Amino acid sequence: MTAGQATRQDTVAEAAVTPDRKQPFAELGLTAAEFRRVTGLLGRRPTDAELAIYSVMWSEHCSYKSSRGHLRQFAEKAPETGVLLAGIGENAGVVDIGQGYAVTFKIESHNHPSFVEPFQGAATGVGGIVRDILAMGARPVAVMDALRFGPAQAPDTRRVLPGVVRGISFYGNCLGLPNIGGELAFDPCYAGNPLVNALCVGVLRHRDLKVAAAKGPGNKVILFGSRTGPDGIGGASVLASASFEGSGAGAKRPSVQVGDPFMEKLLVECCLELYHADLVVGIQDLGAAGVACATTELAAGGGTGMRVSLDAVPLRDPALGPPEILMSESQERMMAIVSPADVEQFLAICAKWDVQAAEIGEVTDSGRLEMTWHGELVVDIPPASAADDCPVYDRPARRPAGQDALQADDPGRLPRPDATNSAGLRAALLAVLGSPDAGDKTWVTEQYDRYVRGDTVLAMPHDAGVLRVDEETGLGIALATDGNGRYCQLDPYTGTQLALAEAHRNVAVTGARPLAVTNCLNFGSPEDPGVMWQFTEAVRGLADGCLALGTPVTGGNVSFYNQTGGTPIHPTPVVGLLGVHDDVRHRIRSSFEEAGASVLLLGETRPEFGGSLWAWVTHGQLGGRPPEVDFAAEQRLARVLVTAAGRDLLQAGHDLSDGGLAVALAEACLAGGTGCSVTLPGDPFTFLFSESAARALVAVAPGAEEEFAAVCADEGQLATVLGVTGGSSLRVTGAFEISLSELAAVHKQALPAVLT
Amino acid sequence: MPPATRTPIAPGIPPDRGLTIVSRPARIGVITFPGSLDDQDALRAVRRAGGEPVQLWHGEPSLRGVDAVILPGGFSYGDYLRTGAIARFAPVMAELIPAAAKGLPVLGICNGFQILCEAHLLPGALTRNAGLRFISRDVTIRIENCSTAWTSQYRAGQEITVVLKSGEGAYMADAGTLAGLEASGQIIARYAGPNPNGSVSDIAGVTSAAGNVVGLMPHPEHAVDALTGPGEDGLGFFASVLHAIALA
Repeated sequence: MTAGQATRQDTVAEAAVTPDRKQPFAELGLTAAEFRRVTGLLGRRPTDAELAIYSVMWSEHCSYKSSRGHLRQFAEKAPETGVLLAGIGENAGVVDIGQGYAVTFKIESHNHPSFVEPFQGAATGVGGIVRDILAMGARPVAVMDALRFGPAQAPDTRRVLPGVVRGISFYGNCLGLPNIGGELAFDPCYAGNPLVNALCVGVLRHRDLKVAAAKGPGNKVILFGSRTGPDGIGGASVLASASFEGSGAGAKRPSVQVGDPFMEKLLVECCLELYHADLVVGIQDLGAAGVACATTELAAGGGTGMRVSLDAVPLRDPALGPPEILMSESQERMMAIVSPADVEQFLAICAKWDVQAAEIGEVTDSGRLEMTWHGELVVDIPPASAADDCPVYDRPARRPAGQDALQADDPGRLPRPDATNSAGLRAALLAVLGSPDAGDKTWVTEQYDRYVRGDTVLAMPHDAGVLRVDEETGLGIALATDGNGRYCQLDPYTGTQLALAEAHRNVAVTGARPLAVTNCLNFGSPEDPGVMWQFTEAVRGLADGCLALGTPVTGGNVSFYNQTGGTPIHPTPVVGLLGVHDDVRHRIRSSFEEAGASVLLLGETRPEFGGSLWAWVTHGQLGGRPPEVDFAAEQRLARVLVTAAGRDLLQAGHDLSDGGLAVALAEACLAGGTGCSVTLPGDPFTFLFSESAARALVAVAPGAEEEFAAVCADEGQLATVLGVTGGSSLRVTGAFEISLSELAAVHKQALPAVLT
Repeated sequence: MPPATRTPIAPGIPPDRGLTIVSRPARIGVITFPGSLDDQDALRAVRRAGGEPVQLWHGEPSLRGVDAVILPGGFSYGDYLRTGAIARFAPVMAELIPAAAKGLPVLGICNGFQILCEAHLLPGALTRNAGLRFISRDVTIRIENCSTAWTSQYRAGQEITVVLKSGEGAYMADAGTLAGLEASGQIIARYAGPNPNGSVSDIAGVTSAAGNVVGLMPHPEHAVDALTGPGEDGLGFFASVLHAIALA
């Protein structure tokens, strides 16, 4: 596939008569066995163009060849809900939220490009997930980002983090999509491999749902959006499907794409107008593997064939040949299937939005994907062979040798302040609150536009993003993303379930009913049996958890090869959970905003410190077992919160997670500028820093105490009165009193201190 | 504006001001350029204030007979070349520029402000924020001049909370221009808290000498509903222009 070979174009006819020509399959990421399988499927060697297609379509990134066997559990264990209009396998899952509205949402990784080139890597991560949502027929309405970096004070974090944030800010802001939340966490395990996971959510009417299928022989294939250039060639096969060891990041730099959010904004508005005019039979975004992926998946999805003239693809660089055109990951492109009678109107709408469009082929009934270049046939394959017939690997999985020792290293052995040590408790709270993980994220989030489109009801720092969908009825949605690499390192099954449980709580604590799940599974190399064990445990945990909670997995993304040398990242599944608000005017904020409200702790606190933020921040220790998961308790808590929100019984509600009650109290006070005074019902250290799940902090509106107590009693929900809101400090009886100004100073300096 | 029958003003406006309004709602146009983002928000703000929002398209050389025009925020033409530099040449601007000169009320918000400066309907220019980062935050601004078409419903010195969200929001002008703006009261709003972006003299908004064209860097259209913004303080800009049209 080098320039030297381009002197004579490799054609299907040429391939038939030169069966022994050496081809660079290994450089393109295929194994010898996979290459033999291609040859077997075709009955001859592939042409250079065909090899390009198989190499990207059979890459780990596009084919899920190491994960597919495990991901089946999401379908096999899917709870019966009736809310899914489209599920796994589509560009994104689609969920019925009532009143004729549907919501589509998905989270996807752009980890490796963001390490190589933080700004463009993160920017195009946003662009790619937005097109996935657009391809379902939906108007994208918001984005979120779940980010993980090396230690905040590490020099490379200062290179990567600001660039990533600026890339997300640039692309999302310029697209006019509010950023309504996400996560930011730090750990040495991400130092050479940051995680950049971007989520997009879109809204559509049921009747507008679009499919990625090329149906109707005779229909035209139209490629529209940006011209195709040499950027990102092989991004899926080389960059996203291998770790950086060996070659070094520099060698792969050209594989990162370059984003143009202005073009994407035009593409979004253009597509929505095309949908509105009903001019689209089928549609697919061009992401990883570009034209190769879109043509094979559309034809395979439609059960049809397709004839494509690669000469008709508008190019930014005329030197590109068929393999490059097929593999290019140039951004801001879409492919549509259009009835011949509608082509003229289709092109007119594209022209109105200054979007270039080219008819590059048509749907056939041949069952073959045929592509020509300069009049000669260069591709002739069954489309499903590339889209669906990739080898599936059942890779060996083995519990790592050190797992038992890790779990045996309980943080119970660590020194901790007892009830008589007020100064120690105070110091521990300030240390945890001032750590980059728990610290104020404003340095990041104020670079994101949260207001555009005028429907953002809640965004950072609240527990979930909440959007209004219908201005008349108040129908809306809530979205949260959660993951905890420390918990998953200790126990990937339980850790993944804890991420799910936390997302469930974060959505419910705003008053929304949890509905459905998306996920981004970030792991090391699947060729490492220990990593594969982590992966299988995480998938099993998530599938079991979603069944227990009644929230089906609608789709997701797997990112392997997140490691530096032989050291993988902590297993980091990120769970995105969607909930519905019947009326967003009843939403609950996480902030204490008025004095005189009763402060209650919902749920049971046990001495659970394994993987806790306290152990990590104050002792640098990670060991033991993560907190227990109790899905029945999570569901009970969610029902209480949703009922109470609907009756306007609560002034505030805040999830308890990293840093436990200590961080939750401080955050609620700081976010609303109102202090509180509480008395803890037991050992103060345990109540302040335990990370037991299925808990929330609430402030009950004055006068609503009895009604709220009755709601809790009906559900059997444990509710403990801690105290009352008011004042300008956080006061814990018998332990300490810290002024809000001191808390704020510690909280706010956490990120600026290391990033600026 | 077409002739209109006048009726006593609706509740909420003190009768002693002797106001009358036209019997049909004033029509306020919002121009959508390629890359405009806050156009829907501006249309909604007009509607919430009681006006009739009218969508205008950059490529059509027509203002469709509207009574006032808003240039919304966004990244028109992807900020290519320079913010607002290309939008200034859009066909609709060929209609807007002479109409503004004749007194049509025009409000440019954020990118709209940048376009008005590029079109020389307002003096000065907007440059990169002092910290070089995009800033999105709620800000308090002080209304300095409540005699323009867009600020009459505020009190002079009134502090309001609106949304600042921009990467190139630092207002700049040469010393002579600044002195002139100060002397003639053309600075309509200043940041009341810490200067967020390095704007000279804390300037958040300016007006043309005639008071019909106003540019504002923060977004009043994001502060028209306490459910989705920091409050309703921004409604006054839209109520002001309806008032100005009613008086015309």
